[in-house]
Amino acid sequence: MRYLCLIYLDEKRMGALPEPEVNALNARHLELNEQLLKSGQFIEAEALQPASDTSCVTMRNGKVTLTDGPYMETKEIVAGFYLVEARDLNEAISVAARLPSAPLGTIEVRPCRDLIVDGVPRRASSKPR
Amino acid sequence: MDIVERIYRTESRRVLATLIRQVGDFDVAEEAMHEAFVAAVEQWPVEGVPDNPRAWLVSTGRFKAIDVLRRRSKYDVSMEDVEGLVESIADASAVVEREGVEDDRLRLIFTCCHPALAPEAQVALTLREVCGLTTEEIAHAFVVPAPTVAQRIVRAKSKIRDARIPYEVPGRSELAARLDSVLRVIYLVFNEGYLASSGESLTRRDLSAEAIRLGRLLVELLPEPDVLGLLALMLLHESRRAARATPEGELVLLTEQDRSLWDRAQIADAVKLVEAALATRAFGPYAIQAAIAAVHAEAPTAQATDWAEIVALYDVLLGFGANPVVELNRAVAVAMRDGAEQGLAAVDAILARGELAEYHLAHAARGDMHRRLGHTAEAAAAYRKALELTRQASERRFLERRIAGL
Repeated sequence: MRYLCLIYLDEKRMGALPEPEVNALNARHLELNEQLLKSGQFIEAEALQPASDTSCVTMRNGKVTLTDGPYMETKEIVAGFYLVEARDLNEAISVAARLPSAPLGTIEVRPCRDLIVDGVPRRASSKPR
Repeated sequence: MDIVERIYRTESRRVLATLIRQVGDFDVAEEAMHEAFVAAVEQWPVEGVPDNPRAWLVSTGRFKAIDVLRRRSKYDVSMEDVEGLVESIADASAVVEREGVEDDRLRLIFTCCHPALAPEAQVALTLREVCGLTTEEIAHAFVVPAPTVAQRIVRAKSKIRDARIPYEVPGRSELAARLDSVLRVIYLVFNEGYLASSGESLTRRDLSAEAIRLGRLLVELLPEPDVLGLLALMLLHESRRAARATPEGELVLLTEQDRSLWDRAQIADAVKLVEAALATRAFGPYAIQAAIAAVHAEAPTAQATDWAEIVALYDVLLGFGANPVVELNRAVAVAMRDGAEQGLAAVDAILARGELAEYHLAHAARGDMHRRLGHTAEAAAAYRKALELTRQASERRFLERRIAGL
C-alpha cells in the first residue's frame, strides 16, 4: 500500500541551521533514499523550494486566479515529501521515523487511495509500472 | 442454554479476537461470532457440547463470516474482491499456519490502543471490542452521548481498515512505546471508574472492575514489569474503595481512612506483583507508583507510614521524566517527612514556575499546609482557589468543610 509522507518544517528554524548541518541533513536524506530503494519501499521523493517561491492557483467560473505564498500561513510548511510502498501503517510509520528531518519537524503520514469511477476502483497514479 | 451462556461470558472475547484476525474486519467478525453462538444454541442440545467449544465457535464463525460477506457484497458494490476474501477465510491450512503461539486478544488490545487512533477512540474501541461493553454502557460510564461514542468507534474502525493498521503484537523494538499506549488506556478507564470527573458519585465501580480485568488479562498474556506494576497499582487503589468515602458519599483522606476496611487480599496480591516487577530492574513508572501505594497499604496506621521511603520513591519516579503532578505528590510527602513549611516551599516552587496553576489539588495542598502552620487566612484563600477549580461534588463539600473548620 502506498503512503505519502509530508515533511513539515519551520522555515525560519531551518534557515537558521548552520551550513555544515544542512549539508549533513541532505547527505543523510540521499543515503536513506538508497536504503529505501534497496528495500523496495521507495517510490518517489522531492525536496521543495521555500514558501517564498510558492504560487497558489484557483480556477473559478472559468477564471484563473494566482496568489503568491502557500495556501496556509502557518509556522510549519511542507518542505518535502516521500511516497513510499509499505505493507501496513506500522511499516510506513517506521520509514517516516527514519527520515532525517523527522527530529526537526513533523511527518504527516497519509495513506493513498484509489479513485472510484462508475463503481470501479482505479489507480490515481497513471504512471506506468 | 446455560452452558452456551457461560461460554459466551468466558470465551466470546477470545473467539472474537481470533475471528477478527482470520476475517480481517471487526464488524463482519462480530456478526459472524454472534451467528456462531446462535448456531451453538441450536446444535449443541442435539449434537452435544463439543470437546473444544472455542475451536468449534471459531471454526463455525469463520464460515458464518463468509455468509456475512456474501450478504454484504450484494448491496455494497464498493466492497473489494469478496471472492478473494472468502477464499482466504475458507483456506483452513492458511488459518492453521497463522495460528502461532500468541493469544489473539493481545493482538486485539494492541490494535485497539494503536497510537495512530485518537485517544478517546482507543478507550472506546478497547472497551467495546476487548471488554465487550455496549456503546450505551461506554457512553454512560464516560458521561458522553451514545452517538458520540458510536461515531468514535466507527471512525476508529475505518482508520484501522483504510490506513491499514495491522492486527499484530508489536515487535520487541516497538513494544515498550506501544505498551505505554495500552497501559495508558487501561489506567484511564480505571481512573474514570475510580474518580468521576464530575457529578455526584465519587466512584464508578464497574469501569474500575473492567480495567482490573483487562490488567489481569494483560499480566497473563504479557507479564512485562510495568504491566505487573499497573495491575498492582489498580489493585491497591481498589483495596481502599470501601474506606474512601463515608456512607453519605463524603471524601475521606488516605491518612484518615479506617484501615480495617482495606481489602487485605487485594493488597497482598498487589505487593507480590510490585515485588516481582521491582526485582526485574526493568520496571517503569507504573511499578514505582504501585510501590508508593504499597508503602501506604502496608503501614498499619497513618502515623506509621514510611514517608521517607515514599519521598525516595517519588525521586525515582521523577527520574522517568519531569511531571509537575508527581512533584506535587512528592511535596505532600515531603511535608509529612520534614514538616509543612518544607512541603509548602516545594509546592510554591512548582506554582512559581507557572505550572499547576489550574490544578485544584495544588491549591488544596497549599491550603492544607498553611492550615497545619496556623496560617488561617492563607489557608482559606488557597482552599477557595481549589474550590473554584473543581466541579466534583464530594471534593467541593470536602473543601467547604475545611474552610468552615478553620
